[in-house]
Amino acid sequence: MDAIDREIINRLQGGFPLCERPYREVAGGLGLDEEALIRRIDRMLEDGRLSRFGPMYHAERLGGALSLCAMAVPEARFDEVVAQVNAFPEVAHNYARDHWLNMWFVLATETPERIGEVLKAIESATGLPVYDMPKQEEFYVGLRFEV
Amino acid sequence: MPETRPISAPDTIDDLDRAIIRATQAGFPRVPEPYAAVAAEVGVSAGEVMRRLQRMLDSGVIRRIGAVPNHYRLGFRGNGMSVWDVPDDKIRRYGRLIGELDFVSHAYHRPRHLPEWPYNLFAMVHGRDRGEVMLKVERIAALLGDDDRGHDVLFSTRILKKTGLRLGHGS
Repeated sequence: MDAIDREIINRLQGGFPLCERPYREVAGGLGLDEEALIRRIDRMLEDGRLSRFGPMYHAERLGGALSLCAMAVPEARFDEVVAQVNAFPEVAHNYARDHWLNMWFVLATETPERIGEVLKAIESATGLPVYDMPKQEEFYVGLRFEV
Repeated sequence: MPETRPISAPDTIDDLDRAIIRATQAGFPRVPEPYAAVAAEVGVSAGEVMRRLQRMLDSGVIRRIGAVPNHYRLGFRGNGMSVWDVPDDKIRRYGRLIGELDFVSHAYHRPRHLPEWPYNLFAMVHGRDRGEVMLKVERIAALLGDDDRGHDVLFSTRILKKTGLRLGHGS
């Protein structure tokens, strides 16, 4: 990765302008032309250095709800429980972690009430308790990430 | 008692906002006039798309607009979920303080599940490897001093599922 890509990542994690030719405006500040900036962003999206380029929406402000949930899954049943949990479309992300609470997933639902319903359904499908850890307050969601 | 605390304000967005959200949640088109391209897709003027995006930014429906980097792909392979047991009456102050550290990407207050889960403050810590994450976790511990009544760091070992959030499909 060269200095220009680094500069794009460091400077463009917010503040993309709302004007007719936003890429041209940003490119000017980076000493690039519009087409070169677009090409570099495209390349970083293709190779995965950027996962997205555009607005980052705040799910809960759209009326939906999120919760972080954890489970202690017996090793012998791990793959089976992964399949049971992942079968719920409301499970957005799911990670294995090296801890006695070894499965952590995020539930995303269209209404707050639905979180509790899905939790109960997961408990009855797996026969295991689910620890519900919805955020009570958000202090910070990363805006800067220096590379 | 599962409780959720959504900041539910669906009444602040209307059908046109939803159409714009659907058209842009995977990203903006990389063309010289991206808002005109979105406008053509949803059937309004480019100026209207820009006004709606600005309004959603102002109301917090959009957190920010720009590049979303993939930490892992950029060489930050050690991502630890650090969890802390701090006094409830100081959690807001500590949450903000920790959130200001440049290696922390998210900081949240979450409920304890006593006795087995005493932690109420979560902070995602990023580093190039686990060793670097652990050093950074020690910096947080030093910052908390005696108010660090216990902490742990959970590293992910495997992604079991990762789908994008589906937004803007609400009633």
